Amino acid sequence: MQDYRHSRWITAALLAPAGVFFVFLLILPLVVVLVYSFGARAPAGGYEAAFTFDNYLNLPARGKAFFNTLTLAPLGTLLTAIAAFPVAYILALKTDPKWRVTLLVLIMAPFWTSQLLRYYAWIMLLGSKGIPSWLAYIGIADLRIINTPTAVLIGAVYGFLPLMVPPIYVSLEKLDKRLLEASADLGATPLRTFFQVTLPLALPGVATGSMLVFILLMGDYILPQYLGGGKVFFIGNALVDLFLQSRNWPYGAAVSVALVLIMFLTISLYMRFILSRTDKRRAALV
Amino acid sequence: MTKVTGHISAEEFLAQLRRYQKGSISRRQFLGVTGLGLATAVLSSAVPGFRPRKAHAALSGTVNFTTWPSYFAQENLDNFTKETGVKINVAVFGSNEEMLAKLQAGSTGWDVFVPTNYAISTYKELGLIEELDLKRLPNYDASTQEQRFTAEGVIDGKTYAVPKDWGTTGFVYNNKNITQNPTSWKEFFDLTQGPWTGRVMVHDYQLTTIGNALKYHGFSFNSNDEKELAEAEKLLIACKPHLFGINSDYKPSLISGDAWASVCWTGDATQLQRDMPEMKYVLAKEGGEIWSDFYAIPKGGQNVDAAYALIDYLLTPEINAKEVQAHGYPSTDSRTNKLVPKEMLENPILYPAAELLSPLEFGAAATLTNPLRAEIMARFKAA
Repeated sequence: MQDYRHSRWITAALLAPAGVFFVFLLILPLVVVLVYSFGARAPAGGYEAAFTFDNYLNLPARGKAFFNTLTLAPLGTLLTAIAAFPVAYILALKTDPKWRVTLLVLIMAPFWTSQLLRYYAWIMLLGSKGIPSWLAYIGIADLRIINTPTAVLIGAVYGFLPLMVPPIYVSLEKLDKRLLEASADLGATPLRTFFQVTLPLALPGVATGSMLVFILLMGDYILPQYLGGGKVFFIGNALVDLFLQSRNWPYGAAVSVALVLIMFLTISLYMRFILSRTDKRRAALV
Repeated sequence: MTKVTGHISAEEFLAQLRRYQKGSISRRQFLGVTGLGLATAVLSSAVPGFRPRKAHAALSGTVNFTTWPSYFAQENLDNFTKETGVKINVAVFGSNEEMLAKLQAGSTGWDVFVPTNYAISTYKELGLIEELDLKRLPNYDASTQEQRFTAEGVIDGKTYAVPKDWGTTGFVYNNKNITQNPTSWKEFFDLTQGPWTGRVMVHDYQLTTIGNALKYHGFSFNSNDEKELAEAEKLLIACKPHLFGINSDYKPSLISGDAWASVCWTGDATQLQRDMPEMKYVLAKEGGEIWSDFYAIPKGGQNVDAAYALIDYLLTPEINAKEVQAHGYPSTDSRTNKLVPKEMLENPILYPAAELLSPLEFGAAATLTNPLRAEIMARFKAA
């Protein structure tokens, strides 16, 4: 009994820092955002106490921004996963173990430079004196990439690839190689082995990586700002504008609440889908 | 008093003395650099009547200077640091709205910032700026300033901001790519939707972008009329798919050739034309904006002494003349204009013809803070 109580205190003490952090820096700010979202814009901007649903009723005015975010963020995540998978696969299954750490570190190397600087570099690369001018030599003339959704997607794959590779790598590395042999012994073609054994077992890694990238992309505003030139507009940009230009905090709060709800919904649905799939596959394999 | 001036050599002392005599550094800087100031301060503080006034105390630390892109001479800032030991931290913004939003949100850490004429009354009403103590700006002389540019810095007889320079808002185009010889906002926005598609930029700033769209229809740059604003919004949204970008930092895209034309301020046109003579600056015949920028000190600044010292330094005619040559905006100070090269004073970008200047309007305080304009801009960007 004494011991039990003792350990409860220790648990509480260990949880306290994280608990305080969550209460003061997550729960309370969220409450403030929620309260503000029912308020009104003060005459010179900012917040004025009120109780109105106007901010929520006005959400369709940012419909295009929600649409852009909800199409380009999943698409960017998918493209990043497609680009990352072969890299992780080769690293985990086809690379000499003594090179693996070096190669993984090299994949992370872009993070050593500021994200902003790297996007600036892409502005040059995607501008008319960059890649389009090289493509002009092989006959693809007057291609415009910068400030288009394509540029934002290229930036997303480039910027988030280093976040996607490691989780996939980890799940592929843990994969029991005997399963691949067994599959081959039982007469499966390499392609079938890949789709029925390797890919399903790597799915948890793909899911984790995709979550990381998706969440960051949904809230991003720097990438669309720099590579979209203010023309490819995300919810993040709408929020920056509402707080830092038009100073309509209550409307900004309502847009934030909507974004949080949408994220919560998509992520729970996605997790349920992934979990059900991986469980089924695992059951089928056992 | 954290910066202690170390021992100074005889040569260095004489060099500094000569600079002081020539007037290229002020007395205070001379005393600071040579250490005489410190010595005098220590001696005189023993005598009650000679305790130094705060502005003359030795400067230290960092001054956070918030301004617009390419709007200062780096050489001047470096020299200020060399002479006073105060480091300058520069931050650049894209619009007065953005500056206002940051100050409203609180604790920016700024010491000096650069508001435009129509923004000052709002800052004063919201209690966001300090009244200036002109005694601490000995190099500023209100009598040598051009009055039409300085009026809005003074509210109820109190000075809240001192003028930096003035300029206009027109548009710039690259005549290697553009052959139509545009002279109006009508042509600017019409051609954007035609042969210039994908090559035009507008500011990420409601005041200028909406203002010029209003001029297209012949309305006032400052209109807050709902119907007129609705027409401006319609025009902007029709142009949106044809724009290259919406950004107040438009020079890089014009230089790289991605953009051919942009809404543009005086100094950016001067700077662009310096390296690219094909860049033409147009003040549209319907009119547009004329404005002046000011130096001001926000409430709650951490280094007020250094803030006054920096403003005073930059307003010194010799220093200000170097500023003008770097940023390419005309000064409001006749003393400075005497020191600026003649070709700048004759440059039509800086000093447009009277018939082009007369239809221009100064922005109004209500134009900046109108919530409908803010929302129209946000809708245009989100469209």
